[in-house]
Amino acid sequence: MKLKFKGKVFKYEDNVNTDVIIPARYLNDSSEENLKLHCMEDIDKDFGSSVKNGDVVVAGFNFGCGSSREHAPLALKASGVKMVIAKSFARIFFRNAINTGLYIVENAEMADEISNGDTLSFDKGILKDLTTGREYKLPEMDPFISSIIEKGGLMEAIRK
Amino acid sequence: MGLTATQKILAKKAGRKEVKPGELITCDVDLVMGNDITSPVAIKLLNENDRVFDKDKIALVLDHFSPCKDIKSAEQCKIVRDFAKKQEIKHFYDVGRMGIEHALLPERGLVHPGDLIIGADSHTCTYGALGCFSTGIGSTDMAAAMLNGKVWLKVPSAIKVTLKNSLPEYVTGKDVILTLIGMLGVDGATYKSLEFAGEISALSLEERLTVANMAVECGAKNAFFPLDDEAKMYLVVRGACTKQYLEENAIFPDEDAEYDQEIVLDLSKIRPTVAFPHLPSNIRKLGVDDIGKINIDQVVIGSCTNGRFSDLCEAATIFQGKKVAKGVRCIIIPATPEVYRFAMDQGIIEIFMRAGCAVSTPTCGPCLGGYMGILASGEKCVATTNRNFVGRMGAKDSEIYLASPYVAAASAVMGYICSPEEIL
Repeated sequence: MKLKFKGKVFKYEDNVNTDVIIPARYLNDSSEENLKLHCMEDIDKDFGSSVKNGDVVVAGFNFGCGSSREHAPLALKASGVKMVIAKSFARIFFRNAINTGLYIVENAEMADEISNGDTLSFDKGILKDLTTGREYKLPEMDPFISSIIEKGGLMEAIRK
Repeated sequence: MGLTATQKILAKKAGRKEVKPGELITCDVDLVMGNDITSPVAIKLLNENDRVFDKDKIALVLDHFSPCKDIKSAEQCKIVRDFAKKQEIKHFYDVGRMGIEHALLPERGLVHPGDLIIGADSHTCTYGALGCFSTGIGSTDMAAAMLNGKVWLKVPSAIKVTLKNSLPEYVTGKDVILTLIGMLGVDGATYKSLEFAGEISALSLEERLTVANMAVECGAKNAFFPLDDEAKMYLVVRGACTKQYLEENAIFPDEDAEYDQEIVLDLSKIRPTVAFPHLPSNIRKLGVDDIGKINIDQVVIGSCTNGRFSDLCEAATIFQGKKVAKGVRCIIIPATPEVYRFAMDQGIIEIFMRAGCAVSTPTCGPCLGGYMGILASGEKCVATTNRNFVGRMGAKDSEIYLASPYVAAASAVMGYICSPEEIL
């Protein structure tokens, strides 16, 4: 896995839906600048001003439920978020994240143990929580899915 | 082991004899759909010289922020309009012919039993009411499918929902699906199919479209209803297919199909149901649960969930000879031009206007907080739409209560959330 990053954790509850990841009222403009500006603003008004490149979102069950808007993973990516760890994902968000090359990890143990504000680092498939000292080996992805992510997304995969 | 109806369709479209739950497969698609929010993102992923795989198997519907609410949404629509012209897309729907996508496509005969339909809109699961596989996907999936006519899918396992008996008066398909979401929770069917069985004809076809429409609200990948006589007649009348096509292509699950879970719903026990803020699973049964008196500011009747002709007829039954309560704004949005015209011909629009309702041209508008009925801070709205998430229809501290057209109309007349039985 090529991915490598270091950043802070933004932690949320269950059922973080696409309407709060990026509210529909801003979907008349799909530019990265616009999506980044309003990402998460209805549940976390400080997200936009404090999120940095390399940060990670951690959440409970059913992350990304609701609308099919791909603007949701795109808004997180535009904000600098490198990975989303959740107890479970809603299925359209799950495939949109894969198709747009956003790393997602479905793991209840990690979602429980990692706290808001923790510093994480990720390299060579190992995620380290530098705040707690815990280490996690990422669960194996289906080869079909990881090949899409590794190529940078579905369009890149089908054009090759 | 037998296959569910969904698994049968997926196997056929993957060119396989059978498939197993959890397998990742690549399938041929019969129709790819997108709207004015999701299509521009897909179109931008295509190159100047790309040609779509089949110009007759793509549907583009400008329904979300259209008729355009501002310059930015007009630019988005223009991207889709120019693309449709350049690629000679047959099923392109613009203002005047445009209706809300999930009401429009079945009405225009674009949904066939046994089809595999993907749409860049989460409520694409609606078409399962007509015996096909349909599911929501993202813009990249849409772009890829427009290019090569294929989609990757994980084969779902299924929950079987068996319907028994019939619904009491003033209780509808909307109450059925809200009840089911209340039972399963908002992620109770994640990655799975909801396959309906039993006395499906106890629900009208339009009610089945409403039920299938909200399957995604409990996380389901798709919903499936086998065809009954009403569904067959609808498909033939709408020009979707011939009787012979129905005989050859109607899909039924194998008798020994395996299900993760089986639920039996006694329709006679279902009550008018309301989903309270801020999740569709947060339900209350009117006349059973004590909800107190919740005064409301707005009512919206419409959307891909409940903007069809029978929905407007139900609302009209309530509004006949009555007025919208003082201080309440009631907005009614027929889902398609045909629904609007039928409602006009039948005098239903007149009933609404005499009651003091505003009647709009088709649009998704208020359902997703786009325009045409945005809520201010602290305002409460009863809506026949499908989501009541934080900020969905406007200010983040506004509240949305999801209900049937009967409950929405009755609440508009009384000024607070109430059961239709209270005024009829």
